Amino acid sequence: MKLILNEEQQFLKDTARDFAKERTPVNHFRSLRDNKSETLWDKDIWQEMVKLGWSGILIPEEFGGSNFGVAGISVILQECGKTLTPSPLFSTGVIGAYAISNFGTQEQKEKYLPKITNGDITTALAIDESSHHDPAKTLLKAKLSDDHYVLNGKKIFVIDGASADILIVLTRTSGNSGDLAGLTLFIVEADTPGINKIKLDMADSRNYANIEFNNVESSKGNILGTLEAGGESVERILDIGRIAMSAEMLGNAEAAFETTIEYLKQRKQFGVLIGTFQALQHRAAEMFCEIELTKSAVMAAMHGADENSNELQRLSSLAKTVAGETLHLVTNEAIQMHGGIGVTDEYDLGFYIKRSRVAEQIFGSSAFHSERYANLSGF
Amino acid sequence: MQNLEEFRKEVKEWLNDNCPQSMRAGADPSIPVDEVWGGRKAEYKNPESKLWLDRMGAKGWTMPTVSKEYGGGGLRAEEVSILNQEMFAIGAKGPLLSFGIWMLAPVLLEYGTEEQKKKHLPKIIKGEIRWCQGYSEPGSGSDLASLATKAEDNGDHFIVNGQKVWTSYADKADWIFALVRTGPKEPKHDGISFLLIDMETLGVSTKPITLISGKSPFCETFFDNVKVPKENLIGQQNAGWAIAKALLQHERAFLSSFGLASSMGSGRDLVSIAKKHIGEESGKISNGFYRSQITAHKIKEHAFGLTLKRAKDEDGKASPTASMFKLYGSEHNKKRHELMIAATGINGVAWDGDEFDKKDKDLTRAWLRTKGNSIEGGTSEVQLNVISKRVLGLPS
Repeated sequence: MKLILNEEQQFLKDTARDFAKERTPVNHFRSLRDNKSETLWDKDIWQEMVKLGWSGILIPEEFGGSNFGVAGISVILQECGKTLTPSPLFSTGVIGAYAISNFGTQEQKEKYLPKITNGDITTALAIDESSHHDPAKTLLKAKLSDDHYVLNGKKIFVIDGASADILIVLTRTSGNSGDLAGLTLFIVEADTPGINKIKLDMADSRNYANIEFNNVESSKGNILGTLEAGGESVERILDIGRIAMSAEMLGNAEAAFETTIEYLKQRKQFGVLIGTFQALQHRAAEMFCEIELTKSAVMAAMHGADENSNELQRLSSLAKTVAGETLHLVTNEAIQMHGGIGVTDEYDLGFYIKRSRVAEQIFGSSAFHSERYANLSGF
Repeated sequence: MQNLEEFRKEVKEWLNDNCPQSMRAGADPSIPVDEVWGGRKAEYKNPESKLWLDRMGAKGWTMPTVSKEYGGGGLRAEEVSILNQEMFAIGAKGPLLSFGIWMLAPVLLEYGTEEQKKKHLPKIIKGEIRWCQGYSEPGSGSDLASLATKAEDNGDHFIVNGQKVWTSYADKADWIFALVRTGPKEPKHDGISFLLIDMETLGVSTKPITLISGKSPFCETFFDNVKVPKENLIGQQNAGWAIAKALLQHERAFLSSFGLASSMGSGRDLVSIAKKHIGEESGKISNGFYRSQITAHKIKEHAFGLTLKRAKDEDGKASPTASMFKLYGSEHNKKRHELMIAATGINGVAWDGDEFDKKDKDLTRAWLRTKGNSIEGGTSEVQLNVISKRVLGLPS
């Protein structure tokens, strides 16, 4: 595995960088937040992303996608992360596209993948049920009744769940809380009777929902992957999501860091630039190093995903842990080094720290992934 | 161009015929192991250490990429990977540890005259001459450019007077590459020259320094009216600072690999130490506090190793980011040893005597030795300065 980008990936990264700069600077996100936009992402911007082919990057060519891989979508999210670009790209272009492309039946692929590629539908993964990510503890029940399943329970913190057309739901078909066995994934259309979406208001002003399932009926044909083996497939889907999210978090950190370095070069106190102070220089240098380490971890994980590495789980947990810790550090330091202006709503840095802490929770915090890394490594 | 598969076959055969059994994995543990640094004063507990060095040196494979006219192996990058793979496959020991290879040779290749390259490189590559580094002085540590060892221009030679400190293994070295002041009136960076000095010259003397680990890897080196021919000057007179900095980047690049458990130190595995001394429950280190500290360290080490690899893949030559690697390499090595002695408990602070295992006594000393890692080759604080100024462009 070479830890560099190939030409194709570099091209995607450059395109995304220009797009984020021109079409979705941080003010784009600010106006969506201020105007209390319904979806908290912009439908026209999403369609522009679709036109660039981003929703189909993880989708095979026969269904209209480009199959550019996890590295391809990750570098796009990294660049979009720099300007906090809100969009359903993560929930749809990463999770939905990957899950259905890799675990769907031919019929499911034909039904959903072209629509994802074309931007006709968005998807969301309904997984968490309590305040700490832990898929094995899934309780939402899917019970066989004649020829179909009936779903009952509640999912929380569903990313883009407030607007998704299609839900991928992790359910328990047998076993007890704590077992990865006995879990099954279902594809459920969001307008199925019995589904109740409750929009959430989170610190990062992105699109989330809690979703109640009250006697929601789903046919056997809607099982994604194998009955009772959803634990394994969802781990794989989550790992891809964790890697892509780590890339986005890396982009967040890079931007907050760059803003801070610029500030150190122009802010004067005591008659000199504050960037001359060694107390700040050394902390800036340490952040630089942490970001470099994060770049390597993310790079190894995304290539590991595309090369089907047998280390994928460890690499994914490594990336999510390191990205979480780095972004945590950088957002804290960025605010401190900016002084008073850093804690004003008018300045953008607040958006980064709010996004940071929510992103840290997505698909497992650094604590979750450190523990997972330790278990996988036999510590 | 030779076909790579043919080359692999040749290498395999050559190693098979020439690499002594005691230099391979699975060697008889009763045969003593040498730390081979070469040079005129070298002593070998196992004569095969010398044989292996001579054979590899004759092939130029201690510096495989250097061209054959300077005694190197003249290999292309792909061929070097094959050589490394085949050596790895039989667990062949590296034949030579050398400051000449790690630090001086890259600088000679860049700044030396044709004559200087031809004179010095083959002896470095064959391990015939052992080099040491004359940089720091009692009054010039982090502020290296304030150095005062004086070299007076005396026609066809210099007269050198002064003192160096922290010269690694000066008592065992044959030659020293030293920074000297040739321009006392010039601004401090513009009066420094890079000079090669034969340690056998009249007036050169050394004295070992005992460290907190109890060992003496470093010396003080004194120059008392030492006559050095001008042909030993590398680059222009008073233009040595650029060479000094280039060499430091090479030094930092090699020091940075110390951050990886695989590359140096006591060679002991932190996790197995912890499981042995602290205990394990269902395969896990039984004390949660140690386990999480060890995990945090291992995660950092993994990301650091990937970063070294990424720099290589990006074709990263020695650059200011070498400072980052030096910083993290040494800080990680310190941290790992702290965790190892903590996990070893009371035995982790054993010093001497028959009540303790040799391994544990060695660990105590290795731990103390690591305290120097973030000082030698530029302190961690100096590395942070380099990163903030040269990489981030923060103002002075």
